[in-house]
Amino acid sequence: MRKSFTLLAAAAIAAGTAGAAQADLVVPNLSYRTGPFAAGGIPYADGFQDYFTLLNERDGGIGGEKVQTPECETAYNTEKGVECYEATKGMGALVYNPLSTGITYQLIPKMQADGITLYTPGYGRTSAANGKVFEWVFNYPANYWDGASVAVKYLLDQNGGSLDGKKIALLYHNSAYGKEPIRTLEELSKKHGFTLSTLPIDSPGQEQKSQWLQVRREKPDFVIFYGWGVMNSVAIQEAANIRFPMENFIGIWWSGSENDVQAAGAGAHGYKSLTMHGVGADYPVYADLKQYVHDAGKAAGDGSNAGTVLYSRGMYAAMVIAEAIRKAQELAGTSAVNAAQVRDGFEALEITEARMAELGLPDFGQPFAASCEDHGGPGMARLQQWDATAQKWTLISDWISPDDEVLAPLVAEDSAAYAAEAGLTQRCN
Amino acid sequence: MLPDQLVFAMEVTLNGLMAGVMYALVALGFVLIFKASGIFNYAQGVLALFAALTLVGLQNGQIPFAHVINAAFGTNLHHFGWTLPAVVAIALTALVMVGVAWLIERLVLKHLINQEPIILFMATIGLAYFLEGLGDVMWGADIKTLDVGLPQGISETVETVTANWLGYGFFIDKLDIVAALVAAALVAALTLFSQYTKYGRALRAVADDHQAALSVGISLRFVWVLVWSIAGFVALIAGIMWGAKSGVQFSLSLIALKALPVLMLGGFTSIPGAIVGGLIIGMGEKLFEFFAGPLIGGATENWFAYVLALLFLVFRPQGLFGERIIERV
Repeated sequence: MRKSFTLLAAAAIAAGTAGAAQADLVVPNLSYRTGPFAAGGIPYADGFQDYFTLLNERDGGIGGEKVQTPECETAYNTEKGVECYEATKGMGALVYNPLSTGITYQLIPKMQADGITLYTPGYGRTSAANGKVFEWVFNYPANYWDGASVAVKYLLDQNGGSLDGKKIALLYHNSAYGKEPIRTLEELSKKHGFTLSTLPIDSPGQEQKSQWLQVRREKPDFVIFYGWGVMNSVAIQEAANIRFPMENFIGIWWSGSENDVQAAGAGAHGYKSLTMHGVGADYPVYADLKQYVHDAGKAAGDGSNAGTVLYSRGMYAAMVIAEAIRKAQELAGTSAVNAAQVRDGFEALEITEARMAELGLPDFGQPFAASCEDHGGPGMARLQQWDATAQKWTLISDWISPDDEVLAPLVAEDSAAYAAEAGLTQRCN
Repeated sequence: MLPDQLVFAMEVTLNGLMAGVMYALVALGFVLIFKASGIFNYAQGVLALFAALTLVGLQNGQIPFAHVINAAFGTNLHHFGWTLPAVVAIALTALVMVGVAWLIERLVLKHLINQEPIILFMATIGLAYFLEGLGDVMWGADIKTLDVGLPQGISETVETVTANWLGYGFFIDKLDIVAALVAAALVAALTLFSQYTKYGRALRAVADDHQAALSVGISLRFVWVLVWSIAGFVALIAGIMWGAKSGVQFSLSLIALKALPVLMLGGFTSIPGAIVGGLIIGMGEKLFEFFAGPLIGGATENWFAYVLALLFLVFRPQGLFGERIIERV
């Protein structure tokens, strides 16, 4: 049954991409446009696909090779995500970006064995930042632990450099994703003297009364939030209901899109979240997207998501992948690169401010340079704040670096444990 | 003054009862259909989603299937340009739900008369997938803000009164108070309908014995349309209450998961059972989370609701108010 399903799925995907030349660069788009998390999956998938469409239409692809993005629906379901991977990897897939920490955890050993790159910007297994262990995984420019550290650094900055005696509550999606920052925050609480309390919420998170009553009783000074999907909008609504000061409520970048704040209306005004890229559509690349993709009727989905937070994030992920492929072509001396060469491109990738400006995204993302050891990037993030009147996010901080003094040993420890468990020898010696 | 823990537990209990009402609103739809036709309607959660999507779409003047029309004809249609008053939009959505009920009877149930309950159950699984997809194609998958004028946020009256009495102001969401009033009105209306109207009596007759009801001239097919219409209306109410909290998004269909333990506990055939079951589940899960959650890591509510229901089932397998099934060989 499973085999027939996989064959059917493969046939469907193959039919969808009929006409693709064999030499085309294949970057499967494992997306979720259906199910409970579709509202987040759709704009991300649109941004991801539209950027590659732009490269194909404007530049004739990357290095003269057209990019194919066969889409496979995962519904944010780990099992379906793995089926999508199995169904598409034989098409000459070069790299995957499944937008799900659950799927990522399942794919890490598979892709290591298959020799295909897994790119998980801002999600997935944090310790994959250690290239010595995770040869085929890259998660730059920032990861979950970076996010927790940046949030604490921001709060330090806002509180005269001290959080001593303060109370911080971590409200989190009760899953591998949501639990990621706990260890980091525990270490940071020891270092900075704040009290940490952890409040898990089971997925999907439509009912959070218990957690918010607890917040109301315990009166934490700040709430750091790692949610996704409906959990985000309910949490922001509940925070508004108990009159929690929104400026003290900080979400990770997966809890900071328009979807999350609009349902709460004026109550969401002042809510903050981290972001690893710029906001809005005021970047030159959007003019090109309009000309070559949207106005040309080639936009993914219904074309209504351009400029939203998650659209920009999908586009950013596509941009980094495209640059890694370009780097791979440069290193290999051929435009028709294979999966192993693309991995080399990821590992040698450097994105400078000047290059971002050339790509039509000046000051959109942080500059970074990967290496054999460093697959995680500098981990910086900025803070954005929701303006419910203007209905838009505004950047309110410059780039903030995470506390590597705390994070580096945690990454080393977790990745070493994985290496021992998986029987891997550390590389880059 | 009472000890803090006791005061907090009282607040948690009140909020648990309010949450229970919200669960009961979903469970009611299941009970209505199961009682009249013996079908466990897997699509009840999706009906709530579909109703809420339709309500927002109609209220905001969204053109249904706009994405498909635009893709097929190269147009750029989105909205009709009107905004309907909430009452009108709710009334129109209720009519749409009657239409959905009629179509379900014509296209699905009519062909499955005399089939095993498991066949009918499987048909409702298919129906759930179909309606979810239809809702997506008709209205889009983006999150929609539902504004029918319901109040939200802390009730200052409750907060002030409890602060004066107990020294700690309780949190009660105004939306939850409205939901409790609506649920009470709904149960009263359903009871009056089934006790004092011709169609209500027909519905009860079918629920008691299909064949006997048919033999006295009651149309089974009409009763099915009627009961699915009522369940559709109840789904609309549930969709409004839950959608007001989180915006209308596709996860709304998952509220059905919250109704299952309520049904197990209250029984599948009792309207009061759905309400009492909801209250017990809501209060039980919140109190357990309050007392035991901090000791065992929290996030206990999803599983504890089922444990609580199972505990009741040990002593009353048919649920608190369910009909006792005796089968003689």
